[in-house]
Amino acid sequence: VPRVVVDVVPKPEILDPQGQAIMRALPRMGVHGVRDVRQGKHFELDVDEDVDIEILHRIAGELLANPVIEDWTVRRL
Amino acid sequence: VRPNRTSADRTWAARIGVITFPGTLDDVDAARAVRHAGAEPVTLWHAEDDLHGVDAVVVPGGFSYGDYLRAGAIAAHQPVLRAVIDAASRGIPVLGICNGFQILCEAGLLPGALVRNAGLHFVCRDQRLRVESTTTAWTGRYTPGAEIVVPLKSVEGRFVAEKSTLAALEGDGRVVFRYLGGNPNGAVHDIAGIASADGRVVGLMPHPEHAIDPLTGPSTDGLDVFRSAIDAILGSVAA
Repeated sequence: VPRVVVDVVPKPEILDPQGQAIMRALPRMGVHGVRDVRQGKHFELDVDEDVDIEILHRIAGELLANPVIEDWTVRRL
Repeated sequence: VRPNRTSADRTWAARIGVITFPGTLDDVDAARAVRHAGAEPVTLWHAEDDLHGVDAVVVPGGFSYGDYLRAGAIAAHQPVLRAVIDAASRGIPVLGICNGFQILCEAGLLPGALVRNAGLHFVCRDQRLRVESTTTAWTGRYTPGAEIVVPLKSVEGRFVAEKSTLAALEGDGRVVFRYLGGNPNGAVHDIAGIASADGRVVGLMPHPEHAIDPLTGPSTDGLDVFRSAIDAILGSVAA
């Protein structure tokens, strides 16, 4: 069964306080040089052959992501 | 002591539906507020697509579907919401409180979105608000610019919208409630609540249903939200 990955991240203009909290934790673990962190969601879908890219983008845009605040990418593994 | 009244005991001015999803918390308080205002609360169940002929709908707060995916995202796709969207297109007043506001945004009945508070903390406080618009179905009883105090309790309460959407909301007087005394969650333009273009659908993060009785709330400032809806219902019946 083909596997599809949908990744969802907050849009660049949307403040991501969770990503910022991760940023603030990095120096505390001794890591420097990370310029930015955006926290998103990763979905793995096992789909039938006839689920085409159009349907996948519909799934992403109408349910997995909220287009007001999030961008998404769809890729087949 | 006020005796418990049932719908059989009196004639109600209107029938207002209150939706319960799995994870809804504030449906009982919302129904109580409806009753205090003088309307009959009607329980609506998430799996039904029938609104049982109600005159208005309240989508109450809580954590529908455990806030899985995004707050309100799963609820927005349930059968009862399809019925609400259909009813809203006919002008039936709809109020979304807190998680209900998130659900109405996810369902596309209101523009914008609610995201994690800027400070990441859950905010729980008695919140001062200014009533910015009194031309909606849910705010007709207030005087323009009235300052009210109602509880706010949320962690995904930061209203955001695209610049063009925001300009339209401000330009058309569709910002209904604004935070006073400091922005609790980073919402753009201190926005606590907004309305649809026709003013029949309103969503807000603070909880007017918790401020209807001095015994249980910080004020009774929230009661006029529900009284306003009854006015709007009776007004549209008269018209």
